[in-house]
Amino acid sequence: MMASSYNAKDEDGHITVTGPGGGAVLRSKKPENTAFKQQRLPAWQPILTAGTVLPAFFIIGLLFIPIGIGLFVTSNNIKEFEIDYTGADTSSPCFNCSQNFSWNSTSPCTCTVPFYLEQPYESNVYVYYGLSNFYQNHRRYVKSRDDSQLNGNLKSLREPSKECEPYAYHNNKPIAPCGAIANSMFNDTLELFYNDPNGTSVKILLGTTGIAWWTDKHVKFGNPGGVDSNLSAVFQGTTKPLNWRRPVYELDSDQSNNGFVNEDFIVWMRTAALPTFRKLYRIIGKSSQMVPTLPRGNYTLEVVYNYPVRSFEGRKRMILSTISWMGGKNPFLGIAYITVGSVCFFLGVVLLVIHHKCGNRNNGAEISN
Amino acid sequence: MLRRRLNRLLGGDERRVDSRTIYVGHRSSSPGEPIIKFCDNRIVSSKYTVWNFLPKNLFEQFRRIANFYFLIIFLVQVIVDTPTSPVTSGLPLFFVITVTAIKQGYEDWLRHKADNEVNKYPVTVLEQGERTRKDSEKIKVGDVVEVEEDETFPCDLILLQSSRDDGTCYVTTASLDGESNHKTHYTVSDTEKDLETLNATIECEQPQPDLYKFVGRMHIYKNDQEPVVRSLGPENLLLKGATLKNTQRIYGVALYTGMETKMALNYQGKSQKRSAVEKSINAFLLVYLCILVSKALVCTILKYVWQSRPGQDEPWYNEKTQRDKETNLYLKMFTDFLSFMVLFNFIIPVSMYVTVEMQKFLGSFFITWDKDFFDPEIKEGALVNTSDLNEELGQVEYVFTDKTGTLTQNNMEFIECCIDGFQYKYRDASSELDGFCVADGPVNKVQEKAGRAKEELFLRALCLCHTVQVKEPTEQGPVDGLMDQVDAGVPHPPQEQRGFIASSPDEVALVKGAMRYGFTFLGLESRNMKILNRNNDVEMYELLHVLTFDPVRRRMSVIVRSNSGDTLLFCKGADSSIFPRVRQEEVERIRMHVERNATEGYRTLCVAYKYLSAEEFAQADAGLMEARLALQNREEKLLAVYNQVETDMSLIGATAVEDRLQEEAAETMEALQGAGIKVWVLTGDKMETAKSTCYACRLFQRSTELLELTVRTLEDGGRKREERLHELLLEYHKKAVQDAPPLKGGITRTWSSETQDYGFIIDGATLSMVLNSSSESNSSRYKSLFLQICQNCTSVLCCRMAPLQKAQIVKMVKNSKGNPITLSIGDGANDVSMILEAHVGIGIKGKEGRQAVRNSDYAIPKLKHLKKLLLAHGHLYYVRIAHLVQYFFYKNLCFILPQFLYQFFCGYSQQPLYDAAYLTMYNICFTSMPILAYSLLEQHICIEVLLDNAALYREIAKNGMLRWRPFLYWTLLGVFHGLLFFFGVRYLFSNPALQDNGQVFGNWSYGTIVFTILVFTVTLKLALDTRHWTWINHFVIWGSLLFYVFFSFFWGGIIWPFLKQQRLYFVFANMLSSVSAWLVIILLILLSLLPEILLVVFRKPRGPNSRQMLHLL
Repeated sequence: MMASSYNAKDEDGHITVTGPGGGAVLRSKKPENTAFKQQRLPAWQPILTAGTVLPAFFIIGLLFIPIGIGLFVTSNNIKEFEIDYTGADTSSPCFNCSQNFSWNSTSPCTCTVPFYLEQPYESNVYVYYGLSNFYQNHRRYVKSRDDSQLNGNLKSLREPSKECEPYAYHNNKPIAPCGAIANSMFNDTLELFYNDPNGTSVKILLGTTGIAWWTDKHVKFGNPGGVDSNLSAVFQGTTKPLNWRRPVYELDSDQSNNGFVNEDFIVWMRTAALPTFRKLYRIIGKSSQMVPTLPRGNYTLEVVYNYPVRSFEGRKRMILSTISWMGGKNPFLGIAYITVGSVCFFLGVVLLVIHHKCGNRNNGAEISN
Repeated sequence: MLRRRLNRLLGGDERRVDSRTIYVGHRSSSPGEPIIKFCDNRIVSSKYTVWNFLPKNLFEQFRRIANFYFLIIFLVQVIVDTPTSPVTSGLPLFFVITVTAIKQGYEDWLRHKADNEVNKYPVTVLEQGERTRKDSEKIKVGDVVEVEEDETFPCDLILLQSSRDDGTCYVTTASLDGESNHKTHYTVSDTEKDLETLNATIECEQPQPDLYKFVGRMHIYKNDQEPVVRSLGPENLLLKGATLKNTQRIYGVALYTGMETKMALNYQGKSQKRSAVEKSINAFLLVYLCILVSKALVCTILKYVWQSRPGQDEPWYNEKTQRDKETNLYLKMFTDFLSFMVLFNFIIPVSMYVTVEMQKFLGSFFITWDKDFFDPEIKEGALVNTSDLNEELGQVEYVFTDKTGTLTQNNMEFIECCIDGFQYKYRDASSELDGFCVADGPVNKVQEKAGRAKEELFLRALCLCHTVQVKEPTEQGPVDGLMDQVDAGVPHPPQEQRGFIASSPDEVALVKGAMRYGFTFLGLESRNMKILNRNNDVEMYELLHVLTFDPVRRRMSVIVRSNSGDTLLFCKGADSSIFPRVRQEEVERIRMHVERNATEGYRTLCVAYKYLSAEEFAQADAGLMEARLALQNREEKLLAVYNQVETDMSLIGATAVEDRLQEEAAETMEALQGAGIKVWVLTGDKMETAKSTCYACRLFQRSTELLELTVRTLEDGGRKREERLHELLLEYHKKAVQDAPPLKGGITRTWSSETQDYGFIIDGATLSMVLNSSSESNSSRYKSLFLQICQNCTSVLCCRMAPLQKAQIVKMVKNSKGNPITLSIGDGANDVSMILEAHVGIGIKGKEGRQAVRNSDYAIPKLKHLKKLLLAHGHLYYVRIAHLVQYFFYKNLCFILPQFLYQFFCGYSQQPLYDAAYLTMYNICFTSMPILAYSLLEQHICIEVLLDNAALYREIAKNGMLRWRPFLYWTLLGVFHGLLFFFGVRYLFSNPALQDNGQVFGNWSYGTIVFTILVFTVTLKLALDTRHWTWINHFVIWGSLLFYVFFSFFWGGIIWPFLKQQRLYFVFANMLSSVSAWLVIILLILLSLLPEILLVVFRKPRGPNSRQMLHLL
């Protein structure tokens, strides 16, 4: 194939022209006696034997099992509550909203989903929304964005990249933010109410910041015209994504969380790895040491139902979760570590037995030599 | 090409004949004749010009299948909307193509420079009686060219005039065939001294590449006389590239010019040999291509199945573009298929070819660098002519070796002679005692035995019947480079520093032998041979004809005329070729001596003579002249005349010359046999001589039962040869094949004493009977019987072989069942055919010129170097490249498998799992260097152990590391790793909130985690396999991992203005800030390496044991 390209023959095979008068030149090149050329570089020659590997097995076993137990316990201590509010069943409170959904409706459909928390949530509680069967990792979808526009580039604002097609222009006006990802931004509004045992329902404060990567919010995403610009003026001449109810500069009243640097928007723009995913929605900060963030009891989830998923058999969830050092609840790591640790330990024992028996025989053979 | 075709069209009939006519000095005898244009004297070794370099080079490069495949992939990426940007495959391809183009361009530039140097070299041409200086490239056929001492000939010349009195000139052809001895060339006799008035034409054959063959004739027109015709042979032809020596100046007429010179014709590339490893690579490639296509097919089909479900093809959040919607469904399917191909194409990486080539190219340096291959005598080390076959050296199953010069030193020493049935042993055989005096004892003893007349006749025959030249002592300075060839002779007071130069060392030994007995050859002077006889008188013999030696006739003769006017023919040659041509009653007395000498391992020659009467001579003379002038079938005609002349001779005696064994020949052969290699000796020598050499080399042991299939055994039964052959073949087959216990372990066989070892001996005549049996049905049957017998014998000796028969045997074994890898080793021109035929050809830089070296793949100074070349270098190269190949396929399988699996989770949308930068860099930067370092430096067993335990060679026999089993193992390992990487991370991502601040990871984080695990696992897997950790390995392995980490930080640390999407912005850093990601990375790396470690541990107990066993034995 490519053989001849590095072929020594090729080089030697060509006419070697000895200049006239250059007769027979004696080529007496004695090879240099260097360690490298003689393939005698000093080398470490590890030989893996049962003797060297056995301790490793035990160490791995002894390390992994505690880590695994720690992980498992941590994961188990994380409190997580999940509620599906898709409204696929007739019994579901959101059934009507999901049935009567239309993009053009001006009055938002609202549904309330009651739920009961059996345990109090002590520390910060993280509110996620989860979608299922939603292919955010579809290639056509993933590439349908213009990072240059999102970074605040004015030129890209006017002329969105081709990748955004068919969500680049609407009525000959550039769409800001362009692309399928932005267009399909999750726009259900979730609100939580705590139903006090004495009958009052208390709205729970949901923090909107700190949900997106810091670097995304401060470097990767930026509003055109800088931090202090008048957003509605900057976005003049562009149009909102088709499915949005509000233009991008009206996402939040807070100037530092508006436009392209709106954290809900940034979170959505980080495409999920798998078709079933969750995204951070709000953070319920711990208010005081004495009271749990979310005490045990009855709650109501109020949903402004804007986001249709039933056309592609999707599901919507709301998740409440506490967080540990390892992130959200996931027993996988703990179980995996315990398994691998035990297997290693077990193998170590088996090997030790085998080694002990064979080793004796080996030693015997060596002595007889 | 075009010009040649045009010439042919225009030139008409005359151009098409087999000969060309040249007018010396362009003096046409009949002015009307058209002057035929020959090509000019420009040497063009360069391939390209400035203008055609780019297109031609690109065309040549893309003609290779691999490059073409990558080009197609690249084009698909450009044309079709594919998941990865064209850069990912375009960049590596561009890199490979550019590097190759630069390298080839540079080489071509060097060639251009060299061409120019030659083409613009000033030469002196005689034109109309004036000497004019011209550029060498302007020489035309027919020009008379002047060449001075130490200049090279600018084109092929016919020697017309020499400054030496005797019309000779000396030439070395060192740059042509490496022979640095001086060769004598002769002027055409009877040419006029005055070249200006010389009117002659030369008819000669069309240019052909054989350096040693040339036929032509010269017509010399003298005023008003009949034209004189002279024959021209190779001795009149001065080849371009040779250098004039010891001669002030010569004049010659240009015969072949430019690209038609023999030198230019000779450098047309040999056919390329391909190694077994390469074939394995291609087979694996095919498998991977199938995997690739089936992956793409599966994905395409599943995609359309999935899309047919409602709502999945085009959900509201992900609408297609207008163009997409309008595209034809089948066209879309096809482009989808292509897209999948592109997405998975990394499974067959461009970089593997580059790495394999680099490994071969760089690896071959270790052979040239090896100081163990350096021979202080010839001051040269090993030579690598091709780096393609390095690993083949580790796979050799059959070694075909020449005897003379390979097993033996080709350093002949006269041992004894036999005159008229009496034995004359030279007592002081040890060459330290050189001072042999004429009047000393041995000579007296000589005189006692045979009659003085017979004796002197014999010694004169030795002195006359040869083509030895006397090396003229050069006063100024030491004799350059020739000393080792010349053998400074016996320091004999009157002829101090007398050196002899001959094409065959036997002749030198014989002439020197005669010198010991008082007859010294003084040299040839204008066709007179001078001999100093015992009485210190100079005898003169006119050399009338030399009937040159050839391997078919196996003899040579001279016809001389003594001072007394007698015409004598002296003939010497192999016994088999002399005995039938002499009177039978003389034979018996000498045959005994010859056979005894042969069994002792000496080379024997018989000497015969006859008186030629005047008529006989006249007849022979005429016959010879006629045959020599023939333009066609000259060889056959000459042979006929030779055979006719060399009859009815009388035998005078025989000589015995010892050819010592090469250093460590026996040890080397023993090592080869221990390595499970079958050694076949192919020689042109006599059976007895060869057999004794085989015993001396321990190829045959005392316990070896010899199965002989020679002319002698065939004639034993007194029946027809054919029948006897049939019978013997069946008998031997029964003995060696059917009754032999079936082979179990390779190792046990040679060492166990119970099984009988067989040696097989066959000679040339019988072999041709076996191969060309009269009846077709028998022929193939005999051949298979013969092969089966041979394959069951530990060693085989084939004697009395013609060069072509050697190649025939190699070819037969090469094509036999199982296609064993063959290696031929030899030093002489007669070994070239088998060197070219075998898988690996090895030349020994011996005394018989450089032809074998030139045609070989590897050249070594001595036979003993073969041991290290095979057992150490070959073994290591094989292990290295086999591991390299398997590892490459493995690492790309577990690279691409997660990407394939990801398709099941992204709606078969061809979404790549990894970022484009990772896709591109994986094979180029992150994982290429460690394997390259490994494949250059690995010594899984150190060299000393390999050399000491030849049996280790068997462990890799039959392409052991590249067969389907290991391939399957590596493939399964790759699949296992790929599955583990993907699903491990998949389960981690069942909750993508992996950071301690509750934030989630996206798809690029997913890919980056998988990729990080992949890079680390793959590199650490290699680290586990590395048994020889030099600082380079450490540097490269840990350096690669570090580089990966730094690169990832860097790549994710900046908003790259040239990128459309900042996919990886801070992805890597964020990944590292997550404890879970760390934990999963560590877990998966360990888990994937665990089986490997386990296997090593379980496999290990066998390793040291077998090694101990070997030590024991």
